[in-house]
Amino acid sequence: MLARVLPRLAARLAGAVFVLWMVATITFFAVRLIPGDPAQAVLGGPGSQASPEALAAVSAEYGFDQPVIVQYFAQLGRLITGDLGRSYALNMDVGPLVLSQLGGTLLLAVLALVLAWLLALALATWSTRGGKVAARVGSSLEIVAAALPHFWLATSLIVVFSIGLGVLPPISTGDIAGLVLPVLTLAVPLAGFLGQIMRESLLAALESPFVLSARARGESERGVRWVHALRHASLPAISLSGWAFGSLISGAVVVETIFARPGLGRTLLNAVTLRDVPVVTGVVMIVAVAYILMTLLTDAASRLVDPRLRLT
Amino acid sequence: MNGQVLESDSAAALTVRNLRVGFGSAEPVVRGVSFVVAPGECLAIVGESGSGKSVTARSLLGLAGTNSRVSADRLELGGRSVLGLTDRAWQARRGKDVGLVLQDALVSLDPLRPIGREIADSLRLHTTLGAAGRARRVLELLDAVGLPQPELQVRKLSGQLSGGERQRALIAAAIALNPPLLIADEPTTALDVTVQAQILALLEQITGAGTAVLLISHDLAVVSRIAHRVAVMYDGQLVETGRTAQVLGSPQHEQTRRMVAAIPADKPRGTRLSPANRSGAPSTPDTPSFLSTPSFLSTPSFLSTPSNFGAEVSRESTVVLEAIGLSKSFRRPDGTSQLAVDDVSFTLHHGSTLGIVGESGSGKTTVARLLLALLAPEHGEVHVFGEPWSAASEKTRRELRASVGAIYQDALGSFDPRWSIAEILTDALNLRRERGAPHTTTRLTSLLDEVGLAPTVLPRRPLELSGGQRQRVGIARALAGRPEILICDEPVSSLDVTVQAQVLDLLDDVQRERGLSLIFISHDLGVVQHISDQIAVMRDGRIVEIGPAERVFAAPQHPYSAQLLAAVPRGPV
Amino acid sequence: MSDLEVQTGLSAQSRQSGPSRRLGVAEATAGVLALLLVASAVVPQLLAPGDPFAIDPLSAFQPPNFAHGFGTDESGRDIYTRVVHGTQYSLVIGAAATAIGLGLGIVLGTLAGMLGRVIDFTVNRFLEVLFAFPGLLLALLFIVIFGPGVVTATIAVGLSTAPGYARIIRAQLITVRSQAFVEAATVLGRTRWQILLRHILPNTLAPLFVLATLGIGQAIVWAATLSYLGLGAEPPTAEWGAMLSAGRTYITSAWWMSFFPGLFIVLTAVTATVLGRSIDRRMRHV
Repeated sequence: MLARVLPRLAARLAGAVFVLWMVATITFFAVRLIPGDPAQAVLGGPGSQASPEALAAVSAEYGFDQPVIVQYFAQLGRLITGDLGRSYALNMDVGPLVLSQLGGTLLLAVLALVLAWLLALALATWSTRGGKVAARVGSSLEIVAAALPHFWLATSLIVVFSIGLGVLPPISTGDIAGLVLPVLTLAVPLAGFLGQIMRESLLAALESPFVLSARARGESERGVRWVHALRHASLPAISLSGWAFGSLISGAVVVETIFARPGLGRTLLNAVTLRDVPVVTGVVMIVAVAYILMTLLTDAASRLVDPRLRLT
Repeated sequence: MNGQVLESDSAAALTVRNLRVGFGSAEPVVRGVSFVVAPGECLAIVGESGSGKSVTARSLLGLAGTNSRVSADRLELGGRSVLGLTDRAWQARRGKDVGLVLQDALVSLDPLRPIGREIADSLRLHTTLGAAGRARRVLELLDAVGLPQPELQVRKLSGQLSGGERQRALIAAAIALNPPLLIADEPTTALDVTVQAQILALLEQITGAGTAVLLISHDLAVVSRIAHRVAVMYDGQLVETGRTAQVLGSPQHEQTRRMVAAIPADKPRGTRLSPANRSGAPSTPDTPSFLSTPSFLSTPSFLSTPSNFGAEVSRESTVVLEAIGLSKSFRRPDGTSQLAVDDVSFTLHHGSTLGIVGESGSGKTTVARLLLALLAPEHGEVHVFGEPWSAASEKTRRELRASVGAIYQDALGSFDPRWSIAEILTDALNLRRERGAPHTTTRLTSLLDEVGLAPTVLPRRPLELSGGQRQRVGIARALAGRPEILICDEPVSSLDVTVQAQVLDLLDDVQRERGLSLIFISHDLGVVQHISDQIAVMRDGRIVEIGPAERVFAAPQHPYSAQLLAAVPRGPV
Repeated sequence: MSDLEVQTGLSAQSRQSGPSRRLGVAEATAGVLALLLVASAVVPQLLAPGDPFAIDPLSAFQPPNFAHGFGTDESGRDIYTRVVHGTQYSLVIGAAATAIGLGLGIVLGTLAGMLGRVIDFTVNRFLEVLFAFPGLLLALLFIVIFGPGVVTATIAVGLSTAPGYARIIRAQLITVRSQAFVEAATVLGRTRWQILLRHILPNTLAPLFVLATLGIGQAIVWAATLSYLGLGAEPPTAEWGAMLSAGRTYITSAWWMSFFPGLFIVLTAVTATVLGRSIDRRMRHV
């Protein structure tokens, strides 16, 4: 067993390391494209009127005076040791900064992913149960949900629940009540996407000959769903969850900004606005790692649900 | 077990009187069907696609579909009416009072669950057996349906079993509770003939044990092997019911006659299989030849002397195509290589037909692709008209391509879905670029005429045509380049028997008129026997036997050929 | 995987639902909406004769009423007029971003699908790397480099959708290439170029029309998101995302400033989805 699993695991890990290396490389060379002297950026941008001496000192400190290739390998070396560099704007190390923000965003994304799954599952099972009306309503709800922009959904939720009804806080309070609206905002559009897939694959499974066989054995409608169809219906949605997680992280940029929640997204947006290159690079790297781990997880989940994948 | 007696027999396993099934507001697809199946009897309902036979079968389990309307004067399982049962009541009876076996267990068993679980489901639903008791019963069942080493098989997924093993597992699941009635809907379709024979034997054994079996099939010849009685279904009605030998021997209804006449096996070359002119429409439906006893019912028929086989070959003995020691291997997913075609040699003479027959995986389709130079052989060569073909460059070959036509099993897939029939055929015609040729439309019309299609199909797209029409277009396209050789890869396999008969007749006609030489590849021995002068039997990539058709069928030299021949469904013994 | 792959995968499955040539209610509504949206983009004066920038401080912050159907903003500008006039920004940005993404996708996908194993492998690894910049991340990285603005935001959105398109196009090419009719054309004596031009390309590119329709909705949402975050179009431009961004400050007192531009984004995206799927269904069944 182990002998079969290990080589595959090693191959997957090697692939993951390769992707990370390429992400680091692309990011490194991409930010070289920024016009102007990076030392200037460290000292507060073109408007700061820094003295040539100050610029030279910063260049030496950050290594900007070295040839690009040297800088590249120096950065790779630092990355391997977990050093993500130093923020231009915040005057602190990027590694600890990003790590301190990671937890909040992960919590948000995981809760939203779980909620989206539950909503999608509920909608898919309900809309395939009875007649045409349920199917139409289900399908329309999914299309509209999937089209909702996070920022509009967030503001609408705030208007209704915080300003109108006054039941939930409009900005993050650190407790559970403060999590409800951000999680809802992220979960609803995703539930629309996942729901569409689940409903289609559930319908396909319910029409399939093996379900007919099961019914002919005397299986109840509930049994047909729980023993057979839902398992098939969950497969495409599981393999999409890696992508879903990625889209949740980028949704977190909007949601954390609107609800004033600390997190990677807001850190990233601030850094983008300030052109704080090391922070942007750091967040990109962390997100890439999280995304890759998530795809590995969804692969494992797929193998768990689909024994056919375990055969090869 | 006479049908007349059974009509009034209250001990019948299944009684159906005046069953009608419709969907939505449309015309009913089953229109007043009545029959009875007694315990230990096998009744076969035979019909072509769209005849309503599968809907009938499903209605007997209350599974006709969500928007179906089912009505009947009587519908009784084991003497108890099942008319108007609630869902819950149906669930209690399905699996226990009636079992269902569907076509192709690859999709009819849940691909995500081990077969042991699937089989145990009926026991879980209808008995109080514990897990251990169920496991024991599953092993007994697998043993009963003839799966070797049941302990190893129970944990396998349906995808890990061969077609025959899967079908046995599906049957095991259906008979887990010994239901008095077993409904088998096309249980052997898509299986190789030898496996088909084994599954039929298993079903016969189940019948012998006292179970009533309702067999649904499109294939008269197959069901005749085990069915006691046959009911022919056509357009939602049973048009003829009777003892198997009687229905096959002296078919009364026109549809039955057509289906019996369409069975190609043992009919000498040149015998027409369809009561039709070229367009497929019946010309003189009562031509006596179809009334004659189908020759395959009289056992020694295939021993009969060949019509004029020897004479033809000696007169036209020019070799048009030659395969010399062809070999081709493929890489398996696990990296090892598999020899798909192994040292295959044969010659095709002008105006004759070489039939290549083999089961799935025998390498016959790879041979077709080698002959069409879509694949390059690893060893050996193909010569066409004495010239190198496989060894030539594609550019040189292109000059000759027009003289080698191809007809495919999946006609639909072989047409660009964006093109109309007119575009497809014009494209095929233009290749010849004959200066001063008559106007394209005239040429299209005459081409269509030759394959029995009306010009009205020209603006249509392949998807809008019936299976038979598509294959006719396929033949027209192959003929457009005025080929001398036609490579046909399972050209009639996905067609209903009567349509198959028309297409075979058409191929026969064009071959004679144009003096074509044919390579005819099929898994169906009956078809191959009917159309071929020479026959090559393939197994595991090799030709195990090759020779004149009559000789191979009358006195097979190789044990595998003999085994194949023995498995061909023939009349009741 | 991308949302586009989800959409196309869905329409591939909905093939089973059978041919229905009848125009559904949803399709008809989407058709009318699409016409209205295109009309407001091309001739906004027809639907909203007013000036989208006309300031009227006296009637600032009016809730929706008879004179101002969607209310007014902080400078008394009519929201309805601005939303209608903003259609052109959103549609043009969405179309341009989709064109960029699709164009890059076609290049990458065709390279991978047509030019042998080595290039296919390389392009595939490259796409895998790009997928590790999920969603807006690639767009944000692009904006860091080239600075915020409408043009960069448009290119950024196009760039981040390209990997998804590339993957779909590659898969489609490979599917088409292995179809039986391609082999049948070889048997008829067609050259590789003839087959490529007459069979493979038309059958690969036709579905792109559907992809583009589905993609435009999503591109509009993303571009609006960037404007909302202050990285794309800026107020007082009548772009929907920018209008929402401006309305954010007054969310407690003037909800209509955010609500209506957002509603139009949703309507546009839904229209695109419904139309795309409907076209797809029809094309498959012809």
